[in-house]
Amino acid sequence: MRFDDEPLDPGENLPIRPGHSSPGRLERVLRAGGFAVTAEIAPPDSADPAEVYERAALFDGFVDAINATDGSGAHCHMSSVGMCALLTRRGYAMVMQVSCRDKNRIAIQGDVLGASAMGVSNILCLTGDGVQSGDHPEARPVFDLDSMSMLKMLRGMRDDHQFLSGREITSPPKVFLGAAANPFSPPLDYRPHRLAKKIDAGAQFIQTQYCFDIEQFKTYMSAVRDAGSHEKAFILAGVGPLASARSAEWIRSNVPGVHIPDDVIRRLQGAANQKEEGVQICVDLIAQMRDIEGVHGVHVMAFRQEHRVAEIVERSGVLGDRVPWRPNSNATNDSQQIYD
Amino acid sequence: MYRMRSWSVRHARGLNLVYEGVESLLLTLHPLLKWIGYERLDKPFLAVEKMTKGFLLDSQNCGQCVVGSTGLSCPMNCPELLRNGPCGGVRPNGKCEIESDMDCVWVLAWEGNQRMYAGEYPIQVVQPAVDNRLSGHSAWLRDVQNKVRSRSADESAANAI
Repeated sequence: MRFDDEPLDPGENLPIRPGHSSPGRLERVLRAGGFAVTAEIAPPDSADPAEVYERAALFDGFVDAINATDGSGAHCHMSSVGMCALLTRRGYAMVMQVSCRDKNRIAIQGDVLGASAMGVSNILCLTGDGVQSGDHPEARPVFDLDSMSMLKMLRGMRDDHQFLSGREITSPPKVFLGAAANPFSPPLDYRPHRLAKKIDAGAQFIQTQYCFDIEQFKTYMSAVRDAGSHEKAFILAGVGPLASARSAEWIRSNVPGVHIPDDVIRRLQGAANQKEEGVQICVDLIAQMRDIEGVHGVHVMAFRQEHRVAEIVERSGVLGDRVPWRPNSNATNDSQQIYD
Repeated sequence: MYRMRSWSVRHARGLNLVYEGVESLLLTLHPLLKWIGYERLDKPFLAVEKMTKGFLLDSQNCGQCVVGSTGLSCPMNCPELLRNGPCGGVRPNGKCEIESDMDCVWVLAWEGNQRMYAGEYPIQVVQPAVDNRLSGHSAWLRDVQNKVRSRSADESAANAI
């Protein structure tokens, strides 16, 4: 899919439409009422740009934006800034994740200015996992800000044209601001309030933790709708394929914040091919998500199964006849559907 | 005193009333405090705060106390120093993701907040980034000075009308 005002050079930004915060495609798709699909790219443990391009190409034509993680799970990988620098050059729509664990307010504000200059249109503000869960538990955690104060700070940079210090920014970062949410972690009755608070702080889109428990997620969404939050921010539900019943049980007991109900594990155990069943569960979940009022898209986190994302999105049918932007679709002889 | 911390959250409502009493007393004493000099009083007040808040709440003396909006659960005890709500890693039993034998300070904060205020949630106020320069200074005196400042601003606004 390409917009009628798509620049010929893929590295250039789209014009910013009235009422939009960013020049990004993700914001355009969401504001146009499309069911958006985002996916998480696996950051390489290498300095080879070819690896980044190969991993991004797996999603070509199936996602509206790619999330570049920032030391997820407190493990060291190529930085989100680095991946965004490479991929925005080729025209990819990026969601740059920024964690409070490793950088203070000075570093984060500088990174966001730089990111916006490179063509990053979406920033996902995260607190980040503690260093204890990663491969450098001896590191000094920063946590100068939390996700909420970061959202507020970035909104101030964008809308009030000033740094947190009050100093003026001559050309503000035009970014669409996002935040994470985990509907499944205690205190459960506070989670919808927390979402509303993040929206108050500046979140315009939300990407949730993995949602495997559809019933509990529906209960959460009902409280979210009661608060009217689904009309103030775009909510993308987190999904992903589980590799096997054993790996699901391991994730459940070792990865903080991931809730996997027993019936999902039983369904995997009962399958002849557990890996395929994991993909099927993910496909089914995406299709169910589309029918929940207030869910505006899905965020696919296919850890170590990134090569299955295109197939999963295709099989779920949520894109309909819409084909998200892919490299080279800016060429004028491209026969893709044009959206205005 | 981890056990005290949970007790204080259970008695958040009463303790908060006591603090409000102390605060209004300090506000009344403002001319005297000003005469002695707030800077000179900073160290002795911090010592008192360390004894009381330190004992009752495990206060970390950040110098910009927000426990009034966190159900008296000091957010600086969160290993990620979150001042705006729980992270997504809270264990199903309500324990901290990082320190598995400690109750999540935000699970306690939500309980305390509901105990302190029925139907209104100051926990929803977005707290700004911490001013690290205030750490190790008296939060009570800062509070009193802020209140005095906003009171005199109100008065001058009223006089202008």
